[in-house]
Order: sequence, then structure tokens, then C-alpha cells
Amino acid sequence: MKLRDTLQFSFKTITSYPTRSFLIILAMALGVAAVVILTALGDGARRYVVHEFSSIGTNLIIVLPGRAETAGNFPGATMGQTPRDLTLEDARWLGQLPQIRRYAPLNVGAAELAGASRLREVTVLGSTANFLPIRHMQLAQGSFLATGSEFSAQIVLGAKLAEEFFPDGNAVGQRVRLADRRFMVSGVLARQGETLGYNSDEIVIIPINHAQALFDTTSLFRILLEVRNRNDISSAKQAIRETLIQRHDGEDDTTVITQDAVLSTFDRILRALTLGVAGIAAISLAVAGVLVMNVMLVAVSQRTAEIGLLKAIGAPASDIRRLFLTEAAWLSLTGAIFGFILGHLGSLLIRLAYPQLPAWPPVWASLAGIVVALATGIIAGLLPAARAAQLDPVKALSGK
Amino acid sequence: MIQFSAITRIFHMGDQEIHALDHIDLEISSGEYVSIMGPSGSGKSTLLNIMGLLDKPDSGRYQLDGRDVTDLTETEQAQVRREKIGFVFQSFHLVPRLTAAENIELPLILTGISPAERKAQVEEALHAFDLSERAQHRPAELSGGQRQRVAIARATILRPTALLADEPTGNLDHRIGSEVMALLEDLHHAGTTLIVVTHDRELGSRAHRRIAMRDGQIVADEQ
Repeated sequence: MKLRDTLQFSFKTITSYPTRSFLIILAMALGVAAVVILTALGDGARRYVVHEFSSIGTNLIIVLPGRAETAGNFPGATMGQTPRDLTLEDARWLGQLPQIRRYAPLNVGAAELAGASRLREVTVLGSTANFLPIRHMQLAQGSFLATGSEFSAQIVLGAKLAEEFFPDGNAVGQRVRLADRRFMVSGVLARQGETLGYNSDEIVIIPINHAQALFDTTSLFRILLEVRNRNDISSAKQAIRETLIQRHDGEDDTTVITQDAVLSTFDRILRALTLGVAGIAAISLAVAGVLVMNVMLVAVSQRTAEIGLLKAIGAPASDIRRLFLTEAAWLSLTGAIFGFILGHLGSLLIRLAYPQLPAWPPVWASLAGIVVALATGIIAGLLPAARAAQLDPVKALSGK
Repeated sequence: MIQFSAITRIFHMGDQEIHALDHIDLEISSGEYVSIMGPSGSGKSTLLNIMGLLDKPDSGRYQLDGRDVTDLTETEQAQVRREKIGFVFQSFHLVPRLTAAENIELPLILTGISPAERKAQVEEALHAFDLSERAQHRPAELSGGQRQRVAIARATILRPTALLADEPTGNLDHRIGSEVMALLEDLHHAGTTLIVVTHDRELGSRAHRRIAMRDGQIVADEQ
């Protein structure tokens, strides 16, 4: 029997039992769709997190004072020393490193903001002009802190604060008071909502020197550094550490964090998670495989007389086996194709319902879903096909 | 063309041995018209199944067209069945989901003949058996006589040398049964060896050679 005829004959058989075939195809399709949709969700979550981190900047290196030690004793504590502060001078030195494109020192505190006969407590960030590009933030109105104007009394308001204090939208140019100091509003941040848990719509940003005076400190909370090139991150990290050790009298008392490390950790975790849900979804494919086997076994006993006849008119056992295997393959292939379409439709619906979640099914998952479905179907068809091929023609013809 | 020497077939029923065929010696020449008669359980169907290579004897040798086919492999047997033997059954054994034309086409598909050639041969067979009108009907939509005509068309489409019919009229009324027999006899006149198993004396007596069986043995062989 020629391959083409085998394919045609078994395909015709499938169309002759529409209900039966529909149910198996449905089971297979749901299995494949589950794989596609669940991996789309898992991978969507991964892309979401990666994107959130990237919005902070993947070329970012953050320096913070103090050393995270797991040994338990605080460095220098035994010698009665406290860790050295990070200073503006440190930041300036780091900014001179060849790998660094720009840097922004950062101080954070809270103060009372007053203006337009309103008063509220706000989070205050003290930084420089570079803070905006480093954090990938956008302005809605006005201008950000001007370069080289660390001493001018400018303030940039978060979108929500600007709205609260100046509902008419004329915040720029207005005078406000932060604690006991007077500032002029130079700009308003664009609305960006929550990024990784903190809301940048309810902050104010002032020049670093004002912030240090306001909080009466000379030390920095963080130094944010942007590397020119992603590939330079590790060399930049090394250079930063060396510079700081040198400046801190040989003491390694700062912590340098790269965004990349955090990002790749999340990436790894969520990839593993996606693989996990794919595995869970694959169980439904196995269930569909068992269903295929069950239905094919029933088909063999239903079609005993037909198998006997095929043998009587000269079909060798190998032809019979191939016919039943092809039938199982057709069922699972059709199921896989429908499942693929169903899965992609489902992912599309998820993307429409949650536009911020990029739930695109990964290519490997779609391919694996189809291949596994096909393999399961054929493996499930092996036993019924062998049983059909081994039928004794005389008994089969008499329907025993 | 068919040569049985000491063919024996034993079935086991519990711990009892039943000699369905007991050392049968039989020779049928090409172009003969033979009827095999006997009560049920006499071994006539088993004889036919072994002739058609559907069943294997427990002992004895079987030569078909001068070739010993007793110990052929399953695949070789299938090939011999395909090329030399046509079966006609009491219950027709048509595939219910296939049309008359598709049922007739089955042996051609198994042989691997090209679709265009298949189509031509099926057309011819449909015409020869007066089934052209019924080509696209499924077995359930055909009368008993038509079904058996489809089955005969299928059995003869590869022009076998021997046509083996097991109670070919058993499910048909007398008039239709006679028509079917006439059709088989026409094929015999055209040169096919025709072997008919029946317990109907009247049908059996139409054959040129009449073999009677009882308890697995040939008790009469009349020319």
C-alpha cells in the first residue's frame, strides 16, 4: 500500500466517525492550547519583569554605602570604626571613569511641601540633571534641574503632586515651600505610575546640594552610574570598586550592584517557572494520549471484521499496522494544529485583556506542543495498531 | 492448481481436540467448478480458509500453482492472497463507511496501483456487474443482491485464478441467490476456478464436481 493511499484511507476513516474524531481532536487541541497559553503567560510575566527592570535602565550600576556581609560582624566595628560615607566627591570621581557615561548622586528623605494653601508630606529626592536620563523618566511640563545649577532653588514635582497642588495645570513657575526653604517649580514629571513598588508620581526632586542641606547630611544615599556600553558593566564595576577603595583609605566599604545581575536572576527564575507550567500543561497532553489509545483500541474491536476483510483481500500485517498508526497520527496532528490556533487565540485574548502583559507564546513552546502531541498520539497508537495487525483473519472475519 | 496432501487442522475446545480437517488429500485443477457440501462443523469452511491462506494447517503440505505455500511468511501469504485468490463471503464483508466504488477499489489500493488506473478499472467493474448507478452508494443503501455483486466485483478486480465463495447466497432469497450464482458461473465460464462452499443441495448440485464432507473428511467426490 502506497504512503499516499495510506494517508488518504486513514484520513477518510477519521471523517467517517465525526463525533469520535471531534472529541479526540478536542482533547488534543486543549492539551496543546494549554501548553501554548500557559507558556505565553509564564513568558509574558518574564518579559513584563524584564521590561520593568529595563525601564530603570539595564546599563545602571548602583553604589551604596556599607558592605553587605554575611559573616555577621560589621566591617570596622571591631576597630571602633563606622563605614565611611559616600560623598559627592566620590560621585564626581566615579563620574570621571572612562566607562561611565553619566552619573547621578541621590539623597532621599521626607519633608513637608507647602504651596497654593496646601500642605502635605512628600518623598524628596535630591539629585542632579542627569537623574532624569539615567532613570529613563520623562517630563510633562517645564524643564528638569538645569545642569550646573546645583545651588539654584528649583523643584520638579511628580505628576500627581502637581495635580493636587495646582489643579489648573499651571504648576511651572509657581513658588512652593519645602520644609523651611523656598523653591520655584521648574518642571512636572510625566505620569508613570508604580515602578517596582514605588510611585514616582508622588515625589519631588530638588538639586542635591539643597537636599543635603535640607537633611543636614554630607553623605549620599546612592550613586547611580550609567555605563556607556552594556559590555563594559563588569569592567566598570571593577573600576568603581578600585576607585572607592583607594578613596576610602584601602577600605572596601561600599556595595556595588548592577541591574544586570538582578535582571538575569529574575530572568532565570521566570524561565524556570515557564518551563514548569509547560510541564504541567504537558500532563494534559499525556491524558489526551491515553484517550487516543483508548479510542483506537475501541476502533480496533469495532472494526475487527473490516481488518479481517483487509487481510483476506491481501493486506499484510504491516499495512494494517500502518493504517491504524496513521489514523492516530492524523487525529493528534489535527488536534495539535487546532490547539496551536486555539492557544494563539487565547494568548491574543490575554494580551487584549491585559495590554501591559506581553503574553506572546514562545516559539519553542508552540513547536514542542505540536511535536509532543504528535509523538504522544503515535505512541498511543502503537498498541492498538499492533493488536489490529495481529488479528487472526478467520476469527476477525467471523467477528470473534 | 490446488494440491492438498494430508492436510490436517486441529482446534482445541477446552481439553478436547477437534479434527476440523483430518488428513485431507485433494487436487483441484485450474478452471474447475467445485462445490463443497456438508453439515455445519464438517470442516468445509476450514478447508476453504486453508485454500485461501487465511488459515494454516497443523500438518500436511499445500501446493498452489506448483508452489509450496504451506510455510510462507505472513507477508508472502498476503501477497499470494492478493494475486491469486478472491473471496466471496456469506455476509458480504463490505466496509460500511466506503461507497460501492471504494469497496471495489480496495484491492487495487493494497496493490499500489495508481489512482488514474484504479479509477478506470473500477469503472469497468461497476459496468460489468451492472452497478454503475450505485457506484456512490454505501452498503447500507444497497440491496442484498447488490451488496453481493459489489463483493464479487471486489473479489475479481485483480483477476484472481481462484474464486472462493463461502455460502455466497446464504443471506439472499432464492431468486437473488440464483442470480448471484449465475454471475459466479459466468466468471467460471470466463476461466476462473470456482470453489463454492454451501450446505444447499440444490446450489451444490449445479457444480461440475461435488465434494461432500463430514467430520473433517471427504466422504464423496463426484464428477
